[in-house]
Amino acid sequence: MADHAHKLEILRGLIKFKSNTQKIWGVLILLTIVTGVEVALGIYKPEALLAPFLGMKILNWIFIALTIVKAYYITWDFMHMRDETKSLRRMVVWTAVFLICYLIFILLLEGGYVFDVYKDGYIKRDF
Amino acid sequence: MDNTVVSTGTEGKTWGGGNKPLKSSYGKMMMWFFIVSDALTFSGFLAAYGFSRFKFLDSWPIADEVFTHVPFFHGNYPMIYVAFMTFVLIMSSVTMVLAVDAGHEMKKAKVTFYMFLTIIGGLIFVGSQAWEWATFIKGDYGAIQTKGGNILQFVDTDGKRVALRDFAVIDEHKERVQDERKSGLWFTSEGTLPTYTVSEVLNGLEANENVLVRTQLINEEGEKTVLSRVESLRQIKDNGKIVVEGANLHVNEYGTPLFADFFFFITGFHGFHVFSGVVINIIIFFNVILGTYERRKNYEMVEKVGLYWHFVDLVWVFVFTFFYLV
Repeated sequence: MADHAHKLEILRGLIKFKSNTQKIWGVLILLTIVTGVEVALGIYKPEALLAPFLGMKILNWIFIALTIVKAYYITWDFMHMRDETKSLRRMVVWTAVFLICYLIFILLLEGGYVFDVYKDGYIKRDF
Repeated sequence: MDNTVVSTGTEGKTWGGGNKPLKSSYGKMMMWFFIVSDALTFSGFLAAYGFSRFKFLDSWPIADEVFTHVPFFHGNYPMIYVAFMTFVLIMSSVTMVLAVDAGHEMKKAKVTFYMFLTIIGGLIFVGSQAWEWATFIKGDYGAIQTKGGNILQFVDTDGKRVALRDFAVIDEHKERVQDERKSGLWFTSEGTLPTYTVSEVLNGLEANENVLVRTQLINEEGEKTVLSRVESLRQIKDNGKIVVEGANLHVNEYGTPLFADFFFFITGFHGFHVFSGVVINIIIFFNVILGTYERRKNYEMVEKVGLYWHFVDLVWVFVFTFFYLV
């Protein structure tokens, strides 16, 4: 597959690489930094980030955002999604993202409801 | 009858076959669709975990207090080992993508080398996961389960965890022994008994003034509630039912058994994926050595297996976040 051309820029062209190998190492560094930040935040848990925001701690939102960043680079650069056609990319990514968001929305809403029933309803389970 | 091959008249036309509308081969596209369906399976599990966690939001175990061990080191190191495992998996993803890249350039020696490193990375990860499971199953501090299925743990007055072995008063005249088929009725037996009985723990608690009970409930500061001395004694005396050491599918010293169930199921399912990934990688590795892809004049098989391997890494990124961080 010598005709396989790679797109060699990440972060919307902010960083451009000379070869595909160089890009792979660049992405590794990026992923390592993101994981390092996650672990550091997880160990130290800065006080300011423990405030609730949209039903969860800000820290948890940061973790989820960083996870999606990592998932993006793994899919786009390691799995070469960046080099696939737009239609294949959308078939895979949009389908998965839509279904997963839908599932999470339903289950978490239901879980929160059951929690409220246990808490404020007439069910006693602690003794 | 000079021509046995029937011409269909569709050669070179859109429906004649041989087209690649998405500019990717059949095998690669099917691997992508498999990955989509597998991703939905995993998100089903993780969403179910989220459901249970939201259901017991005020009493879910705090992951930082559960996964604190590092092999060969004593002490309390939350997150360090999982971070290492994550890094190993990302690293093996990198060597995989380097193998794919070398395959595009038809460099057999390089593909072999990188495939080898990928397999080693996968094995280290699976081994680490086995160790993580063993530590989790063995447990550390031990706890008491109440009649209602709640877990009561023990802390000292500074809020530090205290293990049962540190304060339980051992009853020298203990009569209770494990029921085995050879010792009683041949058709009855039971599992291993905990090291201590509830009364031994209660005696220990009474003898040690500075030991308190910690419940599952999370207070406003995000920490588990510690009971007063009087309340601690009362809880163990009135509600203590069984001693729990470690975790299995029925009981779990870290908190609700659901946590252990999800841990075993999700990391187990992921570990199974890693394991099968390693097996497939080994098959491809030998095919590379034998020169199969050299003769085929393309290394697309390495690329397809690479997609699967990266997917396993991708899933771990999410498991890591939702099990260990959030």
